[in-house]
Amino acid sequence: MKLPVKMTINGQKVSHEVEPRLLLVHYIREVVGLTGTHVGCDTSQCGACTILIDGQAVKACTLFAVQADGVTITTIEGLAKNGELHPIQQGFWEKHGLQCGFCTPGMILAAYQMLERYPKPTEDQIRHQLEGNLCRCTGYHNIVKAIQWAAEHMAGKK
Amino acid sequence: MATVVQERLFGKAIKRREDPRFITGRGQYVDDVKLPGMTYAAFVRSPHAHARIRRIDTSGALKHPGVVAVFTGKDMAGVNSLPCGWDLRKEKNIPGVVQDLAMVPHMPLTADVARHVGDPVAVVIAESQAAAVDAVDRVKVDWEPLPSVTVTDRAARSGAPQIHTGAPGNVAFKWEIGDRSATDAAFKGAATTVKKRILNQRLVANAMEPRACIARFDTATGELTLWVTSQNPHVHRLLMCAFVLGIPEHKVRVIAPDVGGGFGSKIFLYNEEVVCSWVARQLKRPVRWTATRREAYLTDAHGRDHVTDAELALGRDGKILGLRVKTTANLGAYLSTFAPAIPTFLYGTLLNGVYTIGAIHCEVTGVFTNTTAVDAYRGAGRPEACYVLERIVEAGARALGMDVAELRKKNFIPKFSGAFQTLVAVSYDSGDYAAAFDRLLQMLNYRKFRAEQEAARKQGRLLGIGFSTYIEACSIAPSKLVGALGAGAGLYESAKVRVHPTGGVTVYTGSHSHGQGHETTFAQLVADELQIPIEQIEIVHGDTGAIPFGMGTYGSRSASVGGTAILMSLNKIKEKGKRIAAHLLEASANDIEYVNGQFQVKGVPSKAVPFGAVSLTAYVPHKYPDNLEPGLEETSFYDPSNFCFPFGAHACVVEVDRDTGAVQIQRYLAVDDVGKVINPMIVDGMVHGGIAQGVGQALCEGAVYDEGSGQLVTGSMMDYALPKADMLPLYETDRTVTPTPVNPMGIKGAGETGTIAATPTVVNAVIDALAPLGVDHIEAMPLTSERVWKAIQAAKAKR
Repeated sequence: MKLPVKMTINGQKVSHEVEPRLLLVHYIREVVGLTGTHVGCDTSQCGACTILIDGQAVKACTLFAVQADGVTITTIEGLAKNGELHPIQQGFWEKHGLQCGFCTPGMILAAYQMLERYPKPTEDQIRHQLEGNLCRCTGYHNIVKAIQWAAEHMAGKK
Repeated sequence: MATVVQERLFGKAIKRREDPRFITGRGQYVDDVKLPGMTYAAFVRSPHAHARIRRIDTSGALKHPGVVAVFTGKDMAGVNSLPCGWDLRKEKNIPGVVQDLAMVPHMPLTADVARHVGDPVAVVIAESQAAAVDAVDRVKVDWEPLPSVTVTDRAARSGAPQIHTGAPGNVAFKWEIGDRSATDAAFKGAATTVKKRILNQRLVANAMEPRACIARFDTATGELTLWVTSQNPHVHRLLMCAFVLGIPEHKVRVIAPDVGGGFGSKIFLYNEEVVCSWVARQLKRPVRWTATRREAYLTDAHGRDHVTDAELALGRDGKILGLRVKTTANLGAYLSTFAPAIPTFLYGTLLNGVYTIGAIHCEVTGVFTNTTAVDAYRGAGRPEACYVLERIVEAGARALGMDVAELRKKNFIPKFSGAFQTLVAVSYDSGDYAAAFDRLLQMLNYRKFRAEQEAARKQGRLLGIGFSTYIEACSIAPSKLVGALGAGAGLYESAKVRVHPTGGVTVYTGSHSHGQGHETTFAQLVADELQIPIEQIEIVHGDTGAIPFGMGTYGSRSASVGGTAILMSLNKIKEKGKRIAAHLLEASANDIEYVNGQFQVKGVPSKAVPFGAVSLTAYVPHKYPDNLEPGLEETSFYDPSNFCFPFGAHACVVEVDRDTGAVQIQRYLAVDDVGKVINPMIVDGMVHGGIAQGVGQALCEGAVYDEGSGQLVTGSMMDYALPKADMLPLYETDRTVTPTPVNPMGIKGAGETGTIAATPTVVNAVIDALAPLGVDHIEAMPLTSERVWKAIQAAKAKR
């Protein structure tokens, strides 16, 4: 049995017929073909699949594609606008907030929502808000610095 | 002609050139590769720690919609065992062998007995991932469960279940290093001796990207292409072709594209990639397999898992007279690719540390258990050695009533360059151990800290500081030396530099980047040597179809060994360029020098040919020396003359909650000496990540098997506690720079230092915090609040 599903991803309307058990993350990666959203675990711990659904950071492994019918999604591929990096992306680059790059898309999108909630986050707030995202390369030091860099530059732009 | 002097990039923290693709989601990892006609593999794995396979019925799975094929071990007749690439046998004259290594078979799909939970016994191939996973449940295996053993120091006891017929008593090997009688004598003359049981628990690497592979067989060309999460694609190709599948290497291309972290776990040849390669040749369709995280926990090679009894003999003055170490190392159910080397030549040889020691003896017994195979995990043997030494040295200082910093200072090997012969075979390259430690104490304001600690203790607070002054062996490694120690491979590195006609440069390196940033650091080297803009340089790695035969990335070897190979090729390019330029300038090649991006007559910048003109001439050789080949492309293989030995000093300040046992890190400081540094930003990042992994071992990580059932209890990220952002501080880092004389750039290696140093640093800090309560040792890690609380209660009960 397949069910129809429609959504808007990075400004593009997509619609497919999918198995009801297909996870949203697999829909995005395997059906839509956007492979920047990663799968790092089976238990919703790692956060590598974090995307924005209607502006909220969500782990895309925590819902089925059919549950996301009608929503608007931003994945890492949709964050830069007109070829210009988002300040969070720029911050990760400036501050060496990534090494292997696998957790990075999820980290950046988790940071996106964090900075909406806390435009001037303290170090403790950043660390606490990143509890749902695991990184094995950086020891988190430069991820904290990257988000601080982004917060400063986003404040400057407003 | 105006020349522009280009800024030297060696030592500059330039931003990484690989980052734009990663921060925009355009990286390409194995699981991102999509091929037409793809099929999907799912493995049937043993649910038992140890069980005989009576029968496998695949008929139900074969009837499942979408299933293409099912294969068992019996179907793979003619396929050989996965090889172990390190030999420990007396007849091979491997030093220190007490009992020969039992080379037990490790079949890609086991057909007779499963020896650990997760051991693959069959594979289902289907048109979709979901169909393959569904059909796995329809493969019926008639199991005869057998008793199992998972605990390291119980494997070799009499009565333990036998895991391999070729390894009586589950002993894989026995090995020793050092001088037993000199060590016995040192202990007889000692003023103080301490003895501790020190456990180094089993860890799982947990690269964020799970292992994956895609195998495609091209029926027209007969070529097999394997995309695989590998730190060393040529090693994968060699082992798979020559040893397991018996297919010619020139018909196999291995591609390791973007790889999401390795930490050792992606060095090895694994069952799944062999099976998928074999299946692709059978079915003539592409086959993809991506590990679930649960599969990663069950099958990625684990790390550490040592049980050690360590003894230290000290003089009244605090001098270290002797060190005696007896270790049992758990190798798991099978011999992983480099498993025997880790608890032997990468462990015993580091027990001299940074100290002048009177005598050392170390004996190691490797054992088989019904657990996942153990092999190199970040540091690999060296963290285990450092942990033993730095724990027993602090225990010795406490027994003597001497300050732990003071005791270290009394015993440091004095500053040297060239060679320091240790008591455990290796010869260090260069070192100034006191300088790194002094810098650390200065950053810490050590005396002030002790005063603060005293004040805190009076208030009943448990504040502690821990140190480690570590050494490691990296830049792995001289081929002749490791060959004499049992390695089945050489450990050189390769680099091909191709200058294009219009002056751009592509470097094909045998090293592999899975987070290390080679596309940046190697380009920095090339830009400096050729004095051309970094934008004209491309670094290619990870594709056996493009790069020369190379050994890959592990053992902190890429900059020092891989980078030197690049340097050698660049020198050859410049030498050939001089001959071409000499011809154009009507001068002698001996009179040409390469300065500021141009070949010029020595001291005469006006008589010069720019790099781009020489490269164009090399490919359009109209005006060209008679006895010179056209083209500008050079390949080099660099085999180092010794390991390099980075070192440093780390400190950690912790506060322990006396009611709950919870450990809070207040400060973490590191002074590392990794020799010369190409990109300090990248090196700092590696140090940070290494520290986090070392802290993880000290405080939260550990793979736990249930003793009765042999089940891996920590088989998911819910159960295996990885360090998170909110348990770690900002690290305070600095460096001293003691160049190595081993390679021309003076680079030692930086990939593993943090992991090696951090674990004993944190544990020593916790013990220091608990000292007023009478706790002087905790055998096992991680130091969870429960374990610390129990230690506090046990100490209270003794009083």
